This record gives sequence, structure tokens and C-alpha cells, in this order.
Amino acid sequence: MADSDTAMVERYRNSFLNEVEANVEEGDWVKMCIQCGVCSGSCPFGPHWEHPPQELFMMIRAGKREAVLSTDSMWMCTSCYNCIVRCPREIPITHIMHGLANYAHRLGIAPKMNPTRRFAKLFWDNIAQKGRVNEMRLSVGLYFMDGLASGIKKSMEMASTGWGMFRAKRMNPPTLFVHKGCKDSEGIRKMLKKAQEIEDRRKGLTV
Amino acid sequence: MGQANRVGVYICRGCGLGDRLDTAQLAQVADREGKADIVREHEFLCSESGVAMIKQDVASEAATHVMIAACSRRSKTDAFNFENVALGRTNLREGVIWVRPDTDEARETTQEMAADYVRMGCAEIKHMQVPKGNPDRGSNKRVLVVGGGVSGMTAAIEAAKTGYEVLLVEKTGVLGGMTGALYKRVPYAEPYGDPQDTGVSALIEAVDADKRISVFLNSTISRTSGAPGQFSVDIAKESGGTQTENVGAIIMASGFSNYDANQLPELGFGKTPDVVDQLGLEQLAKAADGGVIQRPSDGKAVTSVTFVQCAGQRSDKPGHLPYCSGHCCNTSIKQAMYFKDANPDIDTNIIYMDLRTPGNGEDFYRSGQRKRVTFTKGVVEEVGVANGSLQVKFKDLILNEDVVADTDLVVLATGQVANSGVDIDADAQATQEDKEAKVNQIKIPVESILNLQYRQGPDIPHLRHGFNDSHFICFPYETRRSGIYSCGPVRRPMDIAQATEDATGAALKAIQAVTNASLGRAVHPRSGDLSFPTFRREGCTQCKRCTVECPFGAIDEDEQSYPVFNESRCRRCGTCMGACPVRVISFENYSIDTVGSQLKAVDMPDEFDEKPRILVLACENDAYPALDAAGMNRLEYSAFVRTIPVRCLGSVSNIWVTDALNAGYDGVMLMGCKRGDDYQCHFVKGSELAHDRMTKIDDTLQTLSLERERVQVYEIAITDIQRVPELINDYAVKIDEIGMNPFKGF
Repeated sequence: MADSDTAMVERYRNSFLNEVEANVEEGDWVKMCIQCGVCSGSCPFGPHWEHPPQELFMMIRAGKREAVLSTDSMWMCTSCYNCIVRCPREIPITHIMHGLANYAHRLGIAPKMNPTRRFAKLFWDNIAQKGRVNEMRLSVGLYFMDGLASGIKKSMEMASTGWGMFRAKRMNPPTLFVHKGCKDSEGIRKMLKKAQEIEDRRKGLTV
Repeated sequence: MGQANRVGVYICRGCGLGDRLDTAQLAQVADREGKADIVREHEFLCSESGVAMIKQDVASEAATHVMIAACSRRSKTDAFNFENVALGRTNLREGVIWVRPDTDEARETTQEMAADYVRMGCAEIKHMQVPKGNPDRGSNKRVLVVGGGVSGMTAAIEAAKTGYEVLLVEKTGVLGGMTGALYKRVPYAEPYGDPQDTGVSALIEAVDADKRISVFLNSTISRTSGAPGQFSVDIAKESGGTQTENVGAIIMASGFSNYDANQLPELGFGKTPDVVDQLGLEQLAKAADGGVIQRPSDGKAVTSVTFVQCAGQRSDKPGHLPYCSGHCCNTSIKQAMYFKDANPDIDTNIIYMDLRTPGNGEDFYRSGQRKRVTFTKGVVEEVGVANGSLQVKFKDLILNEDVVADTDLVVLATGQVANSGVDIDADAQATQEDKEAKVNQIKIPVESILNLQYRQGPDIPHLRHGFNDSHFICFPYETRRSGIYSCGPVRRPMDIAQATEDATGAALKAIQAVTNASLGRAVHPRSGDLSFPTFRREGCTQCKRCTVECPFGAIDEDEQSYPVFNESRCRRCGTCMGACPVRVISFENYSIDTVGSQLKAVDMPDEFDEKPRILVLACENDAYPALDAAGMNRLEYSAFVRTIPVRCLGSVSNIWVTDALNAGYDGVMLMGCKRGDDYQCHFVKGSELAHDRMTKIDDTLQTLSLERERVQVYEIAITDIQRVPELINDYAVKIDEIGMNPFKGF
């Protein structure tokens, strides 16, 4: 991992493109972009991206490794699939966005405080532990993500929704303390560990 | 004709004509007013029995002139095709019943419309003669091809394959042209993924193997005279000596020269051998022959290469080419593959403004992307040399930033410059200022390609940007010199695949030309027309207007400045007839009288009848078919319109317009093709000339104290099916506003 992190990248050369192809899900599609911009124009969040997808693809081809991996742009993707539907080259843009985010995360270059990244991590840790999501813990974790004060504030804001969910038996406060999980939590963890090993081997991260 | 003309009028009752019109009344009109010798009605005129009826009258010499009152002259041409008979058609179907509503109120005006068309048809046919064909016909069927590149060789092979003898003249010592200088070509077959063999040696073999093709290397054309079917050309050898040959048609395939990249010092050309143009890279690729291409300066294997698209092209800077040469994007993709196929680790960057990959280039582009060619949308500002490598300074238009990238080799995608010979219009178009400015300039002599002995100049006229004349919208190989066809990059920028197709088309046109010439018939677009122009010498004032305005250089002058028609070069458009101020030029079946008598034959209601009359003179190539199509679509237009088809708006004589206004028409609509740089006129200059002439009609209108709106010129395309009826109806409303022509009834 350290090798690719410090890889020498030259401008408008294939080196970073090759790295993306090797490490990013559907990364071998990046070279096929024709820069028409339909994806950027179709994205409902388009104006909020620092670099829309089309631009990210060009940055990859231009060898702007640092800028690509540290931007929060691909974290903005909501998986609406508008871009995939409309891309004239049928490039799986949504998947590439998630792939890039995942790769940046693995390298540890992804923006630390990005809310999408933090939520994803929270969710993963929550579900990977016992094979089932504990909604109480997930919500509380999310509310108190930025500290006690803001957590209390958010909780107060959402109080009536929470009360409604409680009455509809959609929220069970005691589970905050008791996370039942699935029947064989240990088995789930083993499975995930194995999957990770396979994935790492596929990406050449382990020998 | 020894005997008097006998006119037979045949009125069809089919296709609803019998239901909608009182054909007995029409027959009466033909008989009493049209003074026809025979008038017959038939339930279904184009049927076997209808045609047989006409043929019988012709055979018994009861009718020498046949006037068919049925459908448009554009339909049923096979059925109504009689030999040695002057044939007139008047249009009651598309021109009357199909454009009028089938209502009781409309019946009267519809019948009047039909009756007028019968009067017009009868008037016209009296002035028509059977065309006898061009007497000055040459029967030489050999084809001369000028230029031995892919276009020229393809044209030669295609013409020879159909059995025609070909003379192939090439300026250099080898066949192959530009393509011969290439390592490989852009793919032309499935799956369009990799560069392919140029195929030049196969073409040369085919040329050499064909006994019908005689090749003249190191030769040029020092003189061309004559006309289709009877050209005489001098083939001059570089070593001295000329050989005179007779040919029937000429194909000009003189190709292009590479743009001089020395005019691009900002892109480093000339400063270092490591900046080459596309042709230069082909040489390097040929030398490498599939291996890694080496840098010219030090022989180092290239590890990175940058392609600069649109170098000196698509730019309005002085000395640059304003147009796109069309092939260069595909060519750069191909050249990038030379590197990628030798070693995929070589970095190849194509910097483009707009990537355009015609033909099946989109698949080729995709293949280039798969091979990891980098495509960068950007504009290159400068190429410099630093630390033994090249530095390309450009603006990345997607990332919107200025970049300097190192590279081993730079390839400039420069454009094609047509080898089109002398620009014969250059002096005519130059203003006085231009001429004065040019006196101080060093004049670069341009060699003529054909050395035509025509009064209009030694070469085919240029269209734009130095490219050869061609009717680029409808008839790509046609030039304004009959029997001479241009193909390949001399007429517009193109690639090998397009040039091959072009050459095949031009070969077919040349074959048509020699065949038509030997039969005394016109070539395109009035292909097969046997009529030709003649003039009444006593009336001619030697004004030279016909010789100057003929778009095809078909008219010369004798010592006394009388016109001399080269019938074989003539396209039968009638532009000379429209130009002639004293109206002495005519065709056997198309003349001042055939149209003039028609417009006068119309029954003119008086001023208080509230029935205006609008004369439409419609070009038979676009406007008339559009009017027919409006009829087929049952689009209604005013019943006050009387339409006369004309061969070209250029053939319209001002006298027709003056006569029409004097006769009491309330308005005249002239419908021609689009003119100007993007002209669609089948005769190139006809509609242009008509517009010019009609600007002078204003004086006539003033003399008659008539409103300017009474004469209007329109540009109509064949597709203006919806628009034409709208224009007519709008004009009818306008005439209503202006009021009636006060000259009615005089």
C-alpha cells in the first residue's frame, strides 16, 4: 500500500490511469470517457461537486493523483444512476465513484471529516460486528458524531420523530445497550474476514 | 417539318379529374381557344388504351404535337414517352384538384384554374419543336484521369472495369500519391480497431495489369481544349516532348499538398527535428517498420509523444487554414497506435479541440481509448525545447488550467491544401484595393492543372478555400466545366475511404458524360435532354452577356463577338436565354415564346371580379417538385395561382415579368433554389443571377407605377413542401391588401 501511495505520477502519462485500473472497481472504464459532460449535467448534486465525474476522469488521465484521491467529490454520489443511464459510452460511472472513494479510503487519503465517509464507516462497524444493524446505536452514533453538545441538539430536534417511532414500535431504546445481532455473529465475522482476504488478494494488496 | 403542326390535346379523366372537373368544358376550351386539331378525353389516359390512343394519332400523323392535360409532368413519364413528337404537359392533378378543396364554393375557381392550364398548355405546345439533338457531337469514349494517387487510380480502375479506355497522367515518377507515403492507413473494414495496410501496391498492380489503362508518369497536361466526347489534350513529359490525345471526359484527381508547417514556428516546427507533421511521422514509422519509433534528433527510442490537433487549421489567424481537414483526428489515433502497438508503455497524448472521427472512426476512437491513448481536450499554445526534451504548453479545457508537459516527440496535425490550379475568379473578385495591395506582394506562381483553352480561364473554378468546384450538396463530382469531373481531396478535404468512394462516383459520371455526348444529349442535371440553344444572328447585339453569364463556360465568342455555342458543354439551363436582353436565344422546346405565350393565354378576369391572378415561375428542379409534393399531401393553396415551370430561375427573362404585369397579373412569384455560398441551384449560378436581375425589375415596376411587392423572389428547397403553400397563401393575402393591378383589360 505504501508503494502506490508514494507512486511517482507524471502528468498526462498512463501511470495513474494504470494504478486506477488496478485498484478501483470498474477503473478500466476511465480511459473510455469521451468528455461529453452528460454525466456532470445529469447529476442532481452536480453543482455541489468540486470535480464532477467527467472532470475526475480527465484528472485521472492528466495524472492528478493527489487531487483525485483527496477530493470529497466522489463521496457526493447518491447512487441515483442518472449518469450511468445517460452515458453514451455506457460507462458505469456510479460504480467508479464508489470505487474511487473506497480506494482513497483504503489509502487513507480520503477527507477525514467527510460525513458520507464517516457514516459509511459507522454503518460498517455497526453491521460487521454482529451481522445485523442496531438502529439505536447507529442513530445515536450519528447524532453524537460531532461531539456531545451538537449531539444533544440534534436529538432534541428529532425528538418528536423518535417518539413517533417508539410508539409505532419502530425504535426500542434498550437495544442501545443490548445489541442482539444475528444467531451466529462469529460466523459472520469469519465470513467477512475471508471476503476481505479474497478482495485484498485480488487487488494485489497481500502476497 | 414539312407539314403544318397538328396539335392533339388529350384530357385525362382518371385520378378524380373526371369527378372534380368538367372535362367537357376543358375540351371545349382546348378546341375553341386552344385551336387544337384533335381533342380527346380518356377515362384513364396513362393506361394501355389511353397511351395507344395517343400513339395511333401520332402514327396516323393526325397529331405532330401532343399536349397532355393530366398529372404533373414529373409523373407518368414512362407512359407518356413518344418518339419524334413535341410533347407538352399541363398539370391538372397536382397543380389543381389536389391543392383545391372539394367543395361547392370552390368548384368554380377550380374549374377556372384547370381551364387556364389547358389554355396555357395549348399556347405552349404551338411554340415547341421536336428537339433534334446536338449536331456537334463527339464520340470519343476515352477517359483522362489527372493524378495518380488513390483517387486517380481508383477512378481509372473503375472506368476501365466497365470497359472504357483510360489515360492516367501522373506528375511524379511513381503512382500512389500521398497514400504511397503512408506506413499504414486508418482501418476501412470491421472491426475498425487497428491500422491497416494502405493497399497502394495492390492498386498499382491493378492499374498496371489493366490493358485498358495507359499510364503516363512524369507528365502533366499542357493544353486541354474541346468539349465532352471531343476533348483534345497535350500530355507533356518532364523529359520534353508532348503527345496529343483525344478523350471524351476528364477526371481531375490532383489531390492535395500538405500544409507548410514552417508557418507554425510557435509549435516548434523547424526549430527541432523532434517536431514533425503527420506526413513526417509516417516516414519515421516506415523507417521503424513496426518497431519503436526513434526520435529524429538523437535516435532515442520515443517514450512519450504528443499529438497537436488542428495545427494551423480551423483558425482565423493569418496564414492558417480556416477549415477542418477531416481526416487528421483519425490519422492521429492511427499514429498513436503505431507507438502503442510497438510498446504499450509509451505514453501518447492527443490534444484536441473537438475530436471528429468520420466514417467508422468512432469504433477506431474507441479502440484507441482501449489501447490507453490519452485524449486531452485542450489548446496548444507553444512547443519549446528544454533539457533535451520538448515542452508542450497548453490549456486543458476540461480542467481549465495551463499545463506544461514534457514529451519526446511532437506531431502536428496540419491540414490539406487543394492542388486545384489557378483560381480563375481571383482577379474578378478582387477589389481595387486588393489589386493595389497585390502589386507590392511577391506573387507565387500557381501552375495550372488542366491548361484549359476556355475563355473563362485555364482551370476549373474554385469554390471556397481553394478547393475545386463541385456541387457539394447534390452532385459532388459535377464541376462547372461539362465533361470534367473532380474527385478526392482536390474538391474538399477527405480521407482515403472517402476519396475512393468519390473516385468511383466521378468515374461513373465520366462514363455518363461520354455516352450522352456521343448521343448529342445533355449531361446532368438535364441528363438526356436533346434540345440545345440557338440564337438569331440578325437580332444579336453582341453584348456578350450570354457568354459571360453562362455558368458552364459553354459559350465562346467569334471575332465579331457573336456567341459561339459549344453544344456539348451546354447543360441546357437557359441562363443565356434569361440573360439575353434582345431575346434571340431559344431552345427548340423552351423559349421566350413557350413561356411568354402561356402567361398571356390565361383568361384574365377584370378588376372588379375579385379574382386576382398570381403568376408563379417555379424552378423545375426544386420549387416545382415541392409544389407537386404539396399537392400529393393535399395542402391547399390559392386558386388564383398559375404556375409555369422553368428550367432554372436563371432562364427567366425580364420580359416575362413585364409581360405578366402588363397582362394584368397582380403579382409574380419567382421560385428558385438557394443561392450564395451554400447554393443549391442545380446550375450553380442560375438563382444567383436571377436575384441580381430581379433587383433591376424595380425600375420596370416604377415605370409602370406599380408596387415593388408585385414581383417577389423566393428561395425554395425541394423539402419546402409545407412552406410553399404557405408562401403562396401569404402572398395572396398581400396582393389583396395592395389591391388589383390597374393594367387589367388593356
